Amino acid sequence: MQVSEKDVEQLAFLSRLDLTAEDKAVYTKSLNAILDYLAMLKKLDTAAVEPAAHVLPIKNVFREDKLRQSLDREQVLANAAEVGEGAFVVPRIV
Amino acid sequence: MSRYEAVIGLEVHVELKTETKIFCGCSTEFGQAPNTQVCPVCLGLPGSTGVLNKKVAELAARAGLALNCKIGAYTWFDRKNYYYPDLPKGFQISQVFRPIAYQGYLDIEVDGREKRINITRAHIEEDPGKLIHASGSIMTSRSSFVDYNRSGMPLIEIVSEPELRSGAEAKAYLEKLKAILEYTGVSDVKMEQGSLRCDANVSVRPVGTAALGTKTEIKNMNSFRAVQRAIECEVDRQIDVLEEGDSVVQETRAWDENKGITMSMRNKENPDYRCFIEQEVSPIELSDEWIKDLRATIPELPDARRKRLVAEHGLPDYDAGVITSSLALAEFFDATLEKFPEAKKISNWIMGELLRLLNARGMELSQSKITPAGLASLLELIEKGSISNKIGKEVFETMFEEGQEPAQIVKEKGLSQISDEGQLTRIIAEVIAKNPKSVEDFQAGKEKAIGFLVGQVMKATRGQANPGVVNTMLREKLAE
Repeated sequence: MQVSEKDVEQLAFLSRLDLTAEDKAVYTKSLNAILDYLAMLKKLDTAAVEPAAHVLPIKNVFREDKLRQSLDREQVLANAAEVGEGAFVVPRIV
Repeated sequence: MSRYEAVIGLEVHVELKTETKIFCGCSTEFGQAPNTQVCPVCLGLPGSTGVLNKKVAELAARAGLALNCKIGAYTWFDRKNYYYPDLPKGFQISQVFRPIAYQGYLDIEVDGREKRINITRAHIEEDPGKLIHASGSIMTSRSSFVDYNRSGMPLIEIVSEPELRSGAEAKAYLEKLKAILEYTGVSDVKMEQGSLRCDANVSVRPVGTAALGTKTEIKNMNSFRAVQRAIECEVDRQIDVLEEGDSVVQETRAWDENKGITMSMRNKENPDYRCFIEQEVSPIELSDEWIKDLRATIPELPDARRKRLVAEHGLPDYDAGVITSSLALAEFFDATLEKFPEAKKISNWIMGELLRLLNARGMELSQSKITPAGLASLLELIEKGSISNKIGKEVFETMFEEGQEPAQIVKEKGLSQISDEGQLTRIIAEVIAKNPKSVEDFQAGKEKAIGFLVGQVMKATRGQANPGVVNTMLREKLAE
């Protein structure tokens, strides 16, 4: 699989990254190098292998349904660019 | 007969009944001040890692079992990436690839016809935060306020197959789903508090064809009735579009309750969520043993309870259906029946007075003051002839509002049935004297006239006379 510069543009848009023309060329090349490398895996016969859901062999790590203290609202809103009525204020987005 | 048929699938989000959120210990209580149930995990702050609430896995599996689903023995979470201010992490943790429950069904009944609706899947996910728009409308406000109290509330999303064919079927599906989730204690299922939310995918196609038409997704419906109306309205709109030779545009539309129409919200821009497996939350492995234990926690479900009320207590199927549609009503019925043994009489009062008052006041049963013991005592008073059925309704309303004992209400308000024949004889004589025309009609053979005279006596006694007794006494008097 190869990605085009157009794919990289779309990816940058979805990731809210502002890339220069130069960046785009670099990333297109780098991403394709990574994809080529990973393509090796496709040569393996994995028909009998269960998909790996996790990098570590862990499962069922739970917490009990017990209340813990939440943050004070001042702390919650401390990093907000704009605050109003106890809430984060953001530009209207439809 | 329309040349088109509707194809409808529902996506229902249900908030699970836990004390705390899905990945952290913040409270799930409804209606608190904005951003007071929030921690670094809810805010997606760098370095914060959530741990799955065990109860979420159990309730989700229990819901799946109650909906006749297969339960995934090994399932996991995935990240769904998108930018929106209700989602502070930039992704939602959901189950995209391996839902905890899949391939289930539930049975609905519309116009006396049974139909099985298949359920594609039920998966666990976290709720995003809530956006509040300053001037009340998403279209007109300059900025939005974000409240993250809801961020991380545990949800299951239940997706039906597109097998519903009308708004009425969609409503019946939701009612059944709600009842099952209420019975199993999975959720409070309160639409007005947002613990049950429903989106509808709607398309139409010519009758007899198999290919699906272009669908629209309808949002913003605040009641089951609204879901039905919105679907009916959208089906009509799509048929009109096709009849005019245009094509339906795939988009999201919002239901406007006041105008009774759906309106275009945004074109569906084929979202690219770039889903991948969530590595910070561990997979869930449900052993056969665990699934067996969870299955054992599922109580008698609405359909079984309905059949039992018919078989054991001889209730008409319709009554049993209404009573078992809500766990609270079904429990109220059973508790009353323990104290007063006549099932049909209890059912009449539940379906008549109780539901009438609840509907008229827009209340839940738990908000009224009526108790099963209270209703049983009231029915005994009527049975003994201490009060008439009509006065009983008045007493019931007082019990409903104020919660007193029926005997006390009867005593305080002086509502006891007049059984003193002397007093009745005097009133009957007065009524006869005042209504010579009716007396004459009756004596001339007009049977109906007696009804009017009985009514006059009942009026004069403010409903406290026994109508049967009055009827007999009147006839005796008029025959003299």
